[in-house]
Amino acid sequence: MGEIFNLQQLINGIQLGSIYALISLGYTMVYGIVRLINFAHGDFYMVGAYAAYFIVNFALARHVNIPVVFVFAASMGASALIAMAANRIAYRPLRYKPRLSALITALGVSMFLEYFFSALPFIGPSFRSFPELITQRIFTIGNIKISNYAIVDVAVSAVLMIFLTYLVRRTKVGMAMRAVSQDKDAARLMGINIESIITITFLIGGAFAGAAGILAGITYPRIYPYMGILPGIKAFTAAVLGGIGNIPGAMLGSYIMGISETFATAYNSLLGEGIAFAILIIVLLFRPQGLLGEVTAEKV
Amino acid sequence: MLKVSNLEVSYGAIKAIKDISFEVKDGQIATLIGANGAGKTTTLRTISGLNRVSSGHIFFKDTNITNMEPHRIVNLGISHVPEGRRIFATLTVMENLELAAWTIKDKNVKSERYDLVFSIFPRLKERFKQLAGTLSGGEQQMLSVARALMTGGSLMLLDEPSMGLSPILVDEIFDVIQKINKQGTTILLVEQNARKALEVADYAYVLEVGTIALQGSARELKEDQRVKEAYLGA
Repeated sequence: MGEIFNLQQLINGIQLGSIYALISLGYTMVYGIVRLINFAHGDFYMVGAYAAYFIVNFALARHVNIPVVFVFAASMGASALIAMAANRIAYRPLRYKPRLSALITALGVSMFLEYFFSALPFIGPSFRSFPELITQRIFTIGNIKISNYAIVDVAVSAVLMIFLTYLVRRTKVGMAMRAVSQDKDAARLMGINIESIITITFLIGGAFAGAAGILAGITYPRIYPYMGILPGIKAFTAAVLGGIGNIPGAMLGSYIMGISETFATAYNSLLGEGIAFAILIIVLLFRPQGLLGEVTAEKV
Repeated sequence: MLKVSNLEVSYGAIKAIKDISFEVKDGQIATLIGANGAGKTTTLRTISGLNRVSSGHIFFKDTNITNMEPHRIVNLGISHVPEGRRIFATLTVMENLELAAWTIKDKNVKSERYDLVFSIFPRLKERFKQLAGTLSGGEQQMLSVARALMTGGSLMLLDEPSMGLSPILVDEIFDVIQKINKQGTTILLVEQNARKALEVADYAYVLEVGTIALQGSARELKEDQRVKEAYLGA
């Protein structure tokens, strides 16, 4: 067992959890604000990876050096745009319709993005290798190896999460987001245009998913149009595990998922894929509201 | 100031409001009284844009606000204290008030509004940093009114402000309503406590199953035999 539960695996798990966290936050924020499980969210992550892929390859082909920060900004922007478009075109018309309609629509948006990207001639359904945006370096400390990719993944994710926490806790927009998630009608009576708050939520969620897409591209450099499905489901599971609608919950749930998945994979690769769901089922049996979620009574 | 004409509102196939017309004059306290389910809350929610109008018109200071978005109606100057307070429980008192000041751009205007709010509700100043959900019922109702005051409307809609409060607090809230009115805000008050409502109001409408059954000055209606029997328990 010592082989499996070691520090190296813990680091790998935190690295994976950081990527899940960025995706998971979008799920949880959108759910918190509009009570929609946005199944297309994993595909926003895919869009981010492809945007980075094209930007970097374009630059390489012309022998221009572009700053990594620019690649991040542009790809996050691309994902945010897709997220906002999905909201405006697909979800907004269904806002006051039964919730199931929007849920089915989200599945539709997800499939549309996957198949549309596969159908585009310059993307296609097959795997592509993600260019080396950052040169890999391995640092060895004792018998532990840390790649600079792990550092980038954890750091980018941490910076974005600190930014989000600040935004939600300390700014006026964040205050409005909390108010809208608590009571939409009351928020509207304060003069808040809730549609613009919802748009901002999709923007942030989309941008975070885009960032996760680039990080995944850098770390596991194979991208394809269906790459968002499994991480999307796992990030959603992480959000539910932490308590859907709860931002710290999504972060916690994601790290638990990443770490347990890494440890389980080291034991048996098939177990790795399933462990997350096993944990979810066990947690939900004892805490249906998730780890940090609050018990909410349906209002009559 | 507010003119509602031939208003109809439906929830699916059910008509909640059937062809009602009424008016609130500048500077008045007008009240809508009626039993549970008469359509009082629906009327207020429709004025502030939370419910859709099926037919008819609502005019506020000569602006047609029928089916306008709620945040735009707030901007035009209608504030609404909703039924059941609806304060943001996990936000602080300060954050609740800050949100209500959402549309105010001018810093001076904002600090004037804060002064006004604290002069009427000194207790809220003491509770400024506290989570709104930890306030007592009466304080929560005060916060809800304070929030509406903060949005700065010239017309305030109040939905059952006395609900769930002890008799002393009921008196206090009605004092506050009169005070706000004296400072220049027109009031449309919805109440089940008809006796209290008729005491403070200038004009009153009696709503029965979605239509206006009676109207008149509050003084007249207080003496009306039908009102006495049905709403004043005499």
